[in-house]
Amino acid sequence: MADNIIRIENVTKQFAGGTKAVDDANFNIERGEFFSLLGPSGCGKTTLLRMIAGFEFPTEGEIYIDNQASSLIPSYKRPTNMVFQSYAIFPHLNVYDNIAYGLRKSNLSGSELKRRVNEALAMIKLEGFGSRRGDQLSGGQRQRVALARALVKRPKVLLLDEPLGALDKKLREEMQIELRQLQKSVGITFVFVTHDQEEALSMSDRIAVMGKGKVLQIAPPKELYEKPESIEVATFIGNINLIDVTVKSISGDEATLEGVGFGQIKAPTIDGLKQGEKLVAALRPEKLSLSTTRPGGSFVEGTIKASAYLGDRSQFHVFVKGRSNPIYVAAHNVDNIAALDSAKSVFVTWDPRSLILLRH
Amino acid sequence: MTKPIRHAARMGDPGRGLMIFAIAYLIFIYGPVLFLPLFSFNDSVFVAFPLQGFTTKWYEQAFADQKMLGALQSSLQVGAIVAIVSTILGLFGAKAVTRYRIPGQNIVTGTIMLPLFIPEIILGISLLILINNLSIPLSLVTVTIGHIMLCTPFAMAVLTSRLDGFDRSLEEASMDLGETPWMTFWRVTFPLAAPGIISSLLLTFIVSFDEFLLSFFLSGQQPTLPVFIWSQLRFPNKLPSVLALGALILVASCVLVVVAEWVRQLGTSERKVGVA
Repeated sequence: MADNIIRIENVTKQFAGGTKAVDDANFNIERGEFFSLLGPSGCGKTTLLRMIAGFEFPTEGEIYIDNQASSLIPSYKRPTNMVFQSYAIFPHLNVYDNIAYGLRKSNLSGSELKRRVNEALAMIKLEGFGSRRGDQLSGGQRQRVALARALVKRPKVLLLDEPLGALDKKLREEMQIELRQLQKSVGITFVFVTHDQEEALSMSDRIAVMGKGKVLQIAPPKELYEKPESIEVATFIGNINLIDVTVKSISGDEATLEGVGFGQIKAPTIDGLKQGEKLVAALRPEKLSLSTTRPGGSFVEGTIKASAYLGDRSQFHVFVKGRSNPIYVAAHNVDNIAALDSAKSVFVTWDPRSLILLRH
Repeated sequence: MTKPIRHAARMGDPGRGLMIFAIAYLIFIYGPVLFLPLFSFNDSVFVAFPLQGFTTKWYEQAFADQKMLGALQSSLQVGAIVAIVSTILGLFGAKAVTRYRIPGQNIVTGTIMLPLFIPEIILGISLLILINNLSIPLSLVTVTIGHIMLCTPFAMAVLTSRLDGFDRSLEEASMDLGETPWMTFWRVTFPLAAPGIISSLLLTFIVSFDEFLLSFFLSGQQPTLPVFIWSQLRFPNKLPSVLALGALILVASCVLVVVAEWVRQLGTSERKVGVA
């Protein structure tokens, strides 16, 4: 039995207008886990986070925090702390008083409180910034202060609402690594809300992908990317080619399909697959390769219509007869990939095992 | 480089016309008011030109008039209570409309702001009828109640704009860090709203201190200063000392308004820095 710090059971949040921001969510978050809620804006991920924090209350269902039914407990009595998207640094207090804010009520002696705050300042590498006001800090520094202010309370769960969204790309990538290291060293459960799939993939132990209020899939990053369970998840995480297919025959764990523009192709079968069933085969661009000579195995012939050079790799748009969308192919810039630019006709090949069958 | 200069020169012509208009406007508005201090130092019972010489005896007479001093005290008392009560009510109202989703919110806000748009004479008469029907004797208490009704919308308007101006997640952050809503109010909302609270106190005090119509309807034996001044107009020999008192109030009001505006701008510039 896993040690679950948060259990979300049948949680639904319906707003006054009747729209369900969160629709029957059910999942657990393990103690010490870096858990991400990922989805486009308006998918309900922030509402779910705010229900864990105690700023919104579920219309139905129950949220257990450390085995305590918590859905009606107000935020100031919960063992959770939050890093806000706007950081919410108190403008009338300096950095030291911001970090000490949540400790005033605890029964810490003056020297102990001071030690804890200075420890927190050291953790975020802002020693000597204690007397600065919030408006004298850069975006990255404000983000660190918000983090320290929440962590100094030693919460059981730290909630982060798109905390890196306002930072520029380079700082954001630095903070991703720093946050991940910090989470490992303090051992506190992090629940991280983001719309940035790369961010979620690079930081999380597990990711819950949300769409239109529903939790679509919960899995570790690799599984989510390699084995998406639905078309929504497959298209939201990374780039992917979708092929409409009809099942021709099934033998053992291999299915033979008729793909629009692809002719006969083979793919690993899935549970309950029936002959004549119509579904979608998905192929990641980096699982495909290009060649100018007719290869053995699975291939389709097409024409390069566009290519983009991205430094470490190139992306090609290959048009195939009978298909309206191009096939996206990502190739590392080794060998003579550049020579393919001008090639009129190419062969796109793949390993049949990399095809993923998805139902509508 | 020549373009902006020519542009500025062209701007100069309408500027001169505007300057003349502005000066005429200021004379029109403030000219009559300036007669107050002028005649308060004039050594004559008759408020008329030509001036008769310099004297401070009207000021001495004003300060010797116990009835006038009593009315001044009444006005200060009423003003202070009205400022505090209506600012507190305005703060609660402003917090409610800026922080919560209330059903029929526009109607609630409209109802609170309505006294600003009802003619005061209607307000005064209806309050008088109500108070008579309830058999409450007219006194400074009834005046205070009327003024609170009139001043709360002013307080609410000032404080709503102040509370709207700061990030709602600041209050959430405080509660997230373990403070109750009540302590959050004192540790976060109140200090951040302080400039608005001070300007609301000053504004509502001035509105109450100034107020004539409601006071006239609702005061009993103890008049407020404006009501007292109005009653003295029947006695021409009292007029110069009324002018002296008026001149003093004018100076005090100017100081208050300047302070209120200064505090308000202090708050605004601080907020701007906070956003940047």
